[in-house]
Amino acid sequence: MARITFTGNVQPHVPCPTETIPGDSVADALGTYFEHHPLARGYVLDDQGAVRRHMVILVDGIPIRDRARLSDALARDSEVFVFQALSGG
Amino acid sequence: MSERLLVCTRKGLFIVGRDSGGGWRIRDSAFLGVPVSLAFQEPGSGVIHAALDHGHFGVKLQRSDDGGGTWNERVAPAYPPKPEGVEDRDPMRNEPIPWSLKLIWALAGAHPEAPQTLWCGTIPGGLFRSDDGGDSWALVRGLWDHPGRSRWFGGGADFPGIHSVLVDPRDPRHVTCAVSCGGVWVSRDGGGSWNCRADGMRAEYLPPDQAGDPGIQDVHCIAQCAAQPDVLWAQHHNGIFRSTDGSETWQEITGAAPSPFGFAVAAHPQDPKTAWFVPADKDERRYAVDARVTVARTRDGGESFETLSDGLPQEHAYDLVYRHALDVNTNGERLAFGSTTGSLWVSEDSGDSWQQLSANLPPIYCVRFAE
Repeated sequence: MARITFTGNVQPHVPCPTETIPGDSVADALGTYFEHHPLARGYVLDDQGAVRRHMVILVDGIPIRDRARLSDALARDSEVFVFQALSGG
Repeated sequence: MSERLLVCTRKGLFIVGRDSGGGWRIRDSAFLGVPVSLAFQEPGSGVIHAALDHGHFGVKLQRSDDGGGTWNERVAPAYPPKPEGVEDRDPMRNEPIPWSLKLIWALAGAHPEAPQTLWCGTIPGGLFRSDDGGDSWALVRGLWDHPGRSRWFGGGADFPGIHSVLVDPRDPRHVTCAVSCGGVWVSRDGGGSWNCRADGMRAEYLPPDQAGDPGIQDVHCIAQCAAQPDVLWAQHHNGIFRSTDGSETWQEITGAAPSPFGFAVAAHPQDPKTAWFVPADKDERRYAVDARVTVARTRDGGESFETLSDGLPQEHAYDLVYRHALDVNTNGERLAFGSTTGSLWVSEDSGDSWQQLSANLPPIYCVRFAE
């Protein structure tokens, strides 16, 4: 299980409530999250499923390494935080 | 008569209305703080589509069914998964072309015979078609997979893009697109097959032996005469071109003062010999020639031009007018344009005189008359 939280900066554009979701990897958990909230997917991932250039995903405080496939592993009680990078204006 | 303007800016969409006394003022706004690259009102309806370009969160499409009063996010066009092993690179820089939506750069369609069909031109070069009024989109593979696309390259933006989509008033299957940098492309079967149609254009920025190559022309914008759709006008990177045979051939128009360089063009909806341009200083400076804002108008098919300046700033005006930021209404009398420095002007006499509606808007990307 991982708790997924989104930055407040995205909430005016698309609601992204915090949810606790099962999954062994970031791809698993976010995939399930985006099934619940389909419009949110495009705010985080690009057309090819990679993390947008100016978005960041932290797992337990550490930026994920696999921004193309989101294969970074999750622990049972991981905290996933999705927010915008300070790059990109 | 178009009584409203949709003004798309770096910090949102503004709806400007005309009152009965002829005054114009900002009546509404939407998406404040978010860049809005384009707006398109479906002809004869209150449906407006707006393209947003969030810096962090990507490109989005919003739709209003009540003329801009309320908005709902709709699905944006998405590129299909890029197959493993496919080589797709900008030929000039050898940079991989991302199969990912970077910017919505053209919205068109809703032809009376195909009211649910919309077209969306994008950076990095994909054209998308919707047959359900924008509820879903599909990449037009006939153009995306055309061997000629491999020669397109970025101009201004990092990657090539389709900025102009014209649907022929006589036939919704007849679609003309212009690409920066990739010439003009025409389909007569609703997007199934495409041919490059830029013969006669000239690219002076390339080696002389490549200058006449139709498939690499940097067309900045094209516009079509609604009453005589075989007449098209092109503002090109190094000049103005006109076609009288539906893009089969193009003729260079010289003599546009004070400069043949610019981005925007508007074609008179009834008179095939009248068009307007907003000249700029080419091409390293990119602001109004001599810091004086003018509009170039021809009424004789490009044989001669008038330089219109009544009501426009004539000193220390460093405005640039982007390719979608000039528009003409359906009878050719009312024009509007907006600039990178946030100025917005309207003419009610075909450009003879102008009134400034604002000097303090955010940088303006697109100006469109609305009903």
